[in-house]
Amino acid sequence: MKLVAAIIKPFKLDDVREALSDIGVTGITVTEVKGFGRQKGHTELYRGAEYVVDFLPKIKVEVAIDDGQLDSVIEAISAAAKTGKIGDGKIFVYDVLQAIRIRTGESGTEAL
Amino acid sequence: MENNIFELQYAIDTFYFLVMGALVMWMAAGFAMLEAGLVRSKNTTEILTKNIALYAVACIMYLVCGYAIMYGGDFLLTSIALDGAENADALTASVLKESAEAGFGGDSVYSDASDFFFQVVFVATAMSIVSGAVAERMKLWSFLLFAVVMTGFIYPMEGNWTWGGASVFGLYSLGDDFGFSDFAGSGIVHMAGAAAALAGVLLLGPRKGKYTADGRVNAIPGANLPLATLGTFILWMGWFGFNGGSVLKLGDIANANSVAMVFLNTNAAAAGGLVTALVIARLLFGKADLTMALNGALAGLVAITAEPSTPSPLAATLIGAFGGALVVFAILTIDKMKIDDPVGAISVHGVVGFWGLMAVPLTNDGTSFVGQLVGAGTIFGWVFGVSFVVWLVIKAIMGIRVSEEEEYEGTDIGECGLEAYPEFTGTRGSGR
Repeated sequence: MKLVAAIIKPFKLDDVREALSDIGVTGITVTEVKGFGRQKGHTELYRGAEYVVDFLPKIKVEVAIDDGQLDSVIEAISAAAKTGKIGDGKIFVYDVLQAIRIRTGESGTEAL
Repeated sequence: MENNIFELQYAIDTFYFLVMGALVMWMAAGFAMLEAGLVRSKNTTEILTKNIALYAVACIMYLVCGYAIMYGGDFLLTSIALDGAENADALTASVLKESAEAGFGGDSVYSDASDFFFQVVFVATAMSIVSGAVAERMKLWSFLLFAVVMTGFIYPMEGNWTWGGASVFGLYSLGDDFGFSDFAGSGIVHMAGAAAALAGVLLLGPRKGKYTADGRVNAIPGANLPLATLGTFILWMGWFGFNGGSVLKLGDIANANSVAMVFLNTNAAAAGGLVTALVIARLLFGKADLTMALNGALAGLVAITAEPSTPSPLAATLIGAFGGALVVFAILTIDKMKIDDPVGAISVHGVVGFWGLMAVPLTNDGTSFVGQLVGAGTIFGWVFGVSFVVWLVIKAIMGIRVSEEEEYEGTDIGECGLEAYPEFTGTRGSGR
């Protein structure tokens, strides 16, 4: 099992959600986050003087999936969240040791 | 019948003065909202306290001695009731006599109390300008102590030389010798306020973090732009009283027409100033900076204040537009000089106030550039010089700047013990 955590632009959330549904992902977890990457935030002007917006608002989407779905999930998120501009975000993949559905006690891939 | 008409004229001119004065009083609210919007939220309560307290201080000091210094008469306004007459009948008789001498179209005859009311709100305006420039770092009580001197002495003295018609320490007369003219106070009120502010800011220093050691200018964005915009709208409205009331008379055709023209031109200049500042900010910064647009509207108003009655509507718009352009560059230049003015008061009221004085000879044949320069120099020199000394004395006695820790924590808690938005601090309320 894998956990895919994608940091994306907030306005792309609906597109990513739809793309994941289309390939059969049954659940996602979404968090509002802030951060910066290589661009280190961006600068704005107030009355002619610069100020830096250090942490930009982003959305973190987490999906727990079976190993076989990994490539298609990465592909779906990449395609849906891409604008081609700076700040599109990143995708991280983790190994998942165990998954349990609390209501039934099922575990492993059956709990996903 | 003629006497009845004179009585009505006295009534309408007095009423006009009172309504215009009430409009100018509302400008104090405009300044309060503008400044509250352009400071950080941790300094909101303190700037509001300064604004409403300075208004009250100005009213009391002008009543005690300011009006007497500026226009003569008694301290504490002891003989202002009934325009100094023994009783109501004597008042009527003296008004009718004065009106008959002046003639229906002559100089305005109005209640002395209405004149005081109209004048007192001007001194409050001059003082309001100071509070914005020294915002976020000046001690509350030092500021109010300065307000006492400014409204009771510094402003009334230069007012005495200009609108009061007196000579400058017996040396020269601005009006008689130089034909100096400042209709509603681009110089006498606005540049004077800015001069006092500049003296204070130079001694006070910039806000912590505004300028870095390597010479960069940091922006410290205002916390509440809706309030700043509301404040600008309120000032714009109050300015109709500021300029419109300065015609001093409504009660005949020529003057009523002049008042209407002044309203028109005042509005046009503000519009010209705003649009120019907005466009220039867009060209310089790439985006439409609202705060610059707001300063542009005020710059247009300050620019037209020295002479709103003689320009054509187009000329008024252009005078305001030039003020709006000037203010953007003035703010950037003053910032580069490391003079920290959070709301742009020195640029709006000082630099553009000077432009307003210089624009008078463009449309008013009775004035000259030399005369206007001498007047501007006299006002600025007096107010800046005396203010600088007064600030120095206050600094020596009680200090003018809050501690570094208090500046970081915010003057709201440090000076007033209240936060403007306490619900943001925790679920158990503020002060826990």
